[in-house]
Amino acid sequence: MTRIAVLKTYKIYIGGQFPRTESGRYYTPFNKTGKPLANMCLSSRKDFREAVVAARNAFGGWSARAAFNRGQILYRIAEMLEGRKAQFIDELLQQGATKEQAENEVNISIDRLVYYAGWCDKYQQLFSAVNPVASSHFNFSVPEPTGVVSIIAPQQTSLLGLVSVIAPVIAGGNTCVVLASESKPLCAITFAEVINSSDVPGGVVNVLTGKVAELAKYFADHMDVNATIFCENDIDTKKLIQDKSALNVKRVFFYDDVKWNVADAENPYFILDTQEIKTTWHPIENIGGAKAGY
Amino acid sequence: MVAINSNYNIPDFSLSPRIDQVGVEERAKRFTARSIKTTSKVNGLKLVLNMIDLTTLEGKDTEGKVKQLCYKAQHLHDAYEGLPTVAAICVYPSMVKIAKQALGNSGVKIAAVATAFPSGQAPRDVKIRDTKFAVDNGADEIDMVISRGKFLEGDYNFVFDEIAAIKEACGNARLKVILETGELVTYDKVRRASDIAMYAGADFIKTSTGKIQPAATMPVTLVMLEAIRDFYYKTGKMIAMKPAGGISKAKAALHYLVMVQETLGSAWMSNHWFRFGASSLANDVLMQLVKEKTGVYQSGNYFSID
Amino acid sequence: MAKTKNNTLKLDFKMEYAPAPESKSSAKINSKYDLFINGKFEKPDSKKYFDAINPATEEKISTVAEANNNDVNKAVKAARNAYEKVWSKMPAKERAKYIFRIARMIQERARELAIIETMDGGKPIRESRDIDVPLAANHFFYYAGWADKLQYAFPNKKIESLGVAGQIIPWNFPLLMAAWKIAPALATGNTVVLKPAETTPLTALKLAEIIQESDLPPGVVNIITGAGATGAAIVNHPDINKIAFTGSTDVGKIIQRATAGTNKKVTLELGGKAANIIFDDAPLDQAVEGVINGIFFNQGHVCCAGSRLFVQESVYKIVLQKLKDRLETLIVADPLDKNTDIGAINSKQQMDNIHKYLKIGLAEGAEIYQTHCNLPKKGFFMKPTLFTNVAQSSRIVQEEIFGPVLTIQTFRTDDEVIEKANNTPYGLSAGVWTDKGSKIFNLTTKMRAGVIWANTFNKFDPTSPFGGYKESGFGREGGLHGLSAYLK
Repeated sequence: MTRIAVLKTYKIYIGGQFPRTESGRYYTPFNKTGKPLANMCLSSRKDFREAVVAARNAFGGWSARAAFNRGQILYRIAEMLEGRKAQFIDELLQQGATKEQAENEVNISIDRLVYYAGWCDKYQQLFSAVNPVASSHFNFSVPEPTGVVSIIAPQQTSLLGLVSVIAPVIAGGNTCVVLASESKPLCAITFAEVINSSDVPGGVVNVLTGKVAELAKYFADHMDVNATIFCENDIDTKKLIQDKSALNVKRVFFYDDVKWNVADAENPYFILDTQEIKTTWHPIENIGGAKAGY
Repeated sequence: MVAINSNYNIPDFSLSPRIDQVGVEERAKRFTARSIKTTSKVNGLKLVLNMIDLTTLEGKDTEGKVKQLCYKAQHLHDAYEGLPTVAAICVYPSMVKIAKQALGNSGVKIAAVATAFPSGQAPRDVKIRDTKFAVDNGADEIDMVISRGKFLEGDYNFVFDEIAAIKEACGNARLKVILETGELVTYDKVRRASDIAMYAGADFIKTSTGKIQPAATMPVTLVMLEAIRDFYYKTGKMIAMKPAGGISKAKAALHYLVMVQETLGSAWMSNHWFRFGASSLANDVLMQLVKEKTGVYQSGNYFSID
Repeated sequence: MAKTKNNTLKLDFKMEYAPAPESKSSAKINSKYDLFINGKFEKPDSKKYFDAINPATEEKISTVAEANNNDVNKAVKAARNAYEKVWSKMPAKERAKYIFRIARMIQERARELAIIETMDGGKPIRESRDIDVPLAANHFFYYAGWADKLQYAFPNKKIESLGVAGQIIPWNFPLLMAAWKIAPALATGNTVVLKPAETTPLTALKLAEIIQESDLPPGVVNIITGAGATGAAIVNHPDINKIAFTGSTDVGKIIQRATAGTNKKVTLELGGKAANIIFDDAPLDQAVEGVINGIFFNQGHVCCAGSRLFVQESVYKIVLQKLKDRLETLIVADPLDKNTDIGAINSKQQMDNIHKYLKIGLAEGAEIYQTHCNLPKKGFFMKPTLFTNVAQSSRIVQEEIFGPVLTIQTFRTDDEVIEKANNTPYGLSAGVWTDKGSKIFNLTTKMRAGVIWANTFNKFDPTSPFGGYKESGFGREGGLHGLSAYLK
């Protein structure tokens, strides 16, 4: 007799925990052949609210981590993902990818994490400046994380798009709440398990599954979210997001023309998007005739 | 005469307020943006004349030189009616007697630089004798120098005690304490030395001997005025201020007056509370006054050099 | 024990400074200004004009055209045409030379610009002469040099201009804000439609004259005047690629909403309610001066003004005494007088708004302190004002007043003050005063604001990026970082 497989229950990921949606609702995405993938949590605005609270609580600690340490943790995510490669390939196959596509997507995802892991302690150097002001002041500008970022992940990929948008956001010291691809949600939750076992503090990444149409409004209008990212070229949703974001002057980014599987889809300017530039001034004492000399 | 005022505790001078150099220089510059015109300029210039300690402090000073200076002190420019006298003449102790005779009861005070001026490198008993000699000869005011070496070594007690001892030797003469700010270099140190001098009994604090560069500047004077203000806030006792050396232009002197007015208020706007230690300032002020009256720019040939 | 009696200084001026008014003769103001479109001054399609008022005298000093939709359309067309045919094709080196030329011409006409700025807006001549106008010229000079070096600013990035930039600027730094907007836009190869505020259009129109004189190709910079409706027409114009706005957070939000669903790139520089924090080890006299400069600079009409003062409890009394004494020496008078420290409130409307907040403060139980100076009889003038006995929950502590009004709170510990300083929807600037270096970096790192002044306040420089966190807007102006606002 063949062994009965133990099926996986897909839950959501909030504050380092895997609860079910508080709403008790679910939805069932199907693959191309019409086969049901799983019963996914149909997250509610209250789940989102809880996730934002978790992300806000995690922000202080995560943004204060040494950049080197954030780099190590991102690299750790890549290591864990490498180790669970087979599971992701399997899920991608279920969601309609070919074997080659699936392997490719997982490989690029791992490499992308490694890429951003390496940026963690470098982008500040690239985007900082010492500004030669005319008065006797030392003046410098450095990037700092914006805060809590809400992300509606790319819909066409299950893993790569998700990884590509999360990585630069958390590499830069932000925390985030991500809504997974609505039609291909499996990898998102499994990736949350990878994150959960990679020394990423709870609340830094929060993953929900559900409907874009239902949640986009809340992703954009929440007053404690500092920036929002949307990855589809859907004019109405884009308009809705921009409109609602004005409530607290949220930073809005549309990554709707990015092909995530090409080299161009990774660069430090993605990190810079969710950074604020802070400029500091301090007087420079200059007394007497002493000058620098050789 | 008790040197140390028992109304207040002596603070820990190592905790004197810190000064931000860029900030204090910006503030000092701001006073120079004040524009002083017409009658307020004339009144201001006359006040400047009345605040001058007309000074000669040279090894080659003679009785003749001091006598001429004393005459000038009382007759700044007789062609211009209604001018005040200067506040004081400032000489070495050996010249006090001559000055006393020359000034009579003109009201012009005699200030003597004592305590082994300008270096102050002498034993305390010598400094006390120097002071007493000047006072006995009729000095109204004593300009002492602090021991900068001891101060820079951090021996604040030595500096404090020395000032207190000289204050005692002064009797009724008012004591000006010269910090020699050009040797202290930083504003933090100027502030600390100001605090030591005031708590030790100084009646005046004074920037410089005139023998070291830089001498008086607006920012250094401002630091000292602010020290005076804090002392006043705390104790209610007014201390006088004398910038000395380097102020030779009327316009600069007016800027100092603005600074005193806006830092300490009108109570300090008399020669009892503020002096300029200067030798060539008077003539520039006179030239400006005559220019205001005649509308014509002046030449030095028409003003006496003493 | 130290005596604690109240030793008050006499700061009522015995030595009055005689009036020292700047001569108006070198400033030429036309009786009427048209719209600067396509290199020419053109009569408005609206046929309407509005009055420019000197807020210090309440006298009319000129009339200025009001642009309607058709006028905006004309200006945008001119800018588009200039972008497509001339400006985007011009070698960057040549573009730079035009911008350098404008910088030089501002320097040449600095005195005139300063006088007009003061007459139109009410700010003291000392500020317009020493700060606004030189900084405006320097801003053009700084960005001119960037024009042919952009590839070094953004490694591995394709440098592409945006197209036509619609720029809307406020009334608090009229010429300087025009420079902040126009200079980087031109350096990066964009063309411009700029609208100055309706209460302060004159120096922007003078700048239009300078631009005309500089032979900048027609249409590269268009300057059109008008009020909110004109601004809305710019924001909503379909052929504009970029909106740069400086002004209130309320209007900023309206603009963000209005541009939803369009591809316009937006940068916003909005309101603020900056904390200025004095620790007990600070250089107190310089700190007090920084507080004064922080809130009374430009009558407090400054988005980055240090309007919330936090003083550590152990030095509260002495700081308050010093502040009050310093307040007494401030001269509120004719802005054209060189001795004036605080000029006229920009408009009657703003004056009413500030008075509204004074009433709110009193109703909230705050203690008010105002100087004893006499105010000029005519014009919109206000005494510099301190409020003590306020709470974090007071409206005068939470809301931007945009006037010479300072609220003063005390604090005990570093943590407490960091939390309170950040407890605001705004995040434009902050100030910290302490002698301890490591504390400065603790504070400057934790303050959620775009510009942090440590042991100084309200300093500006073309090389130094400026802009906010949170509801104070997004995007930076100034410095290398200011370039990205005008590139794809």
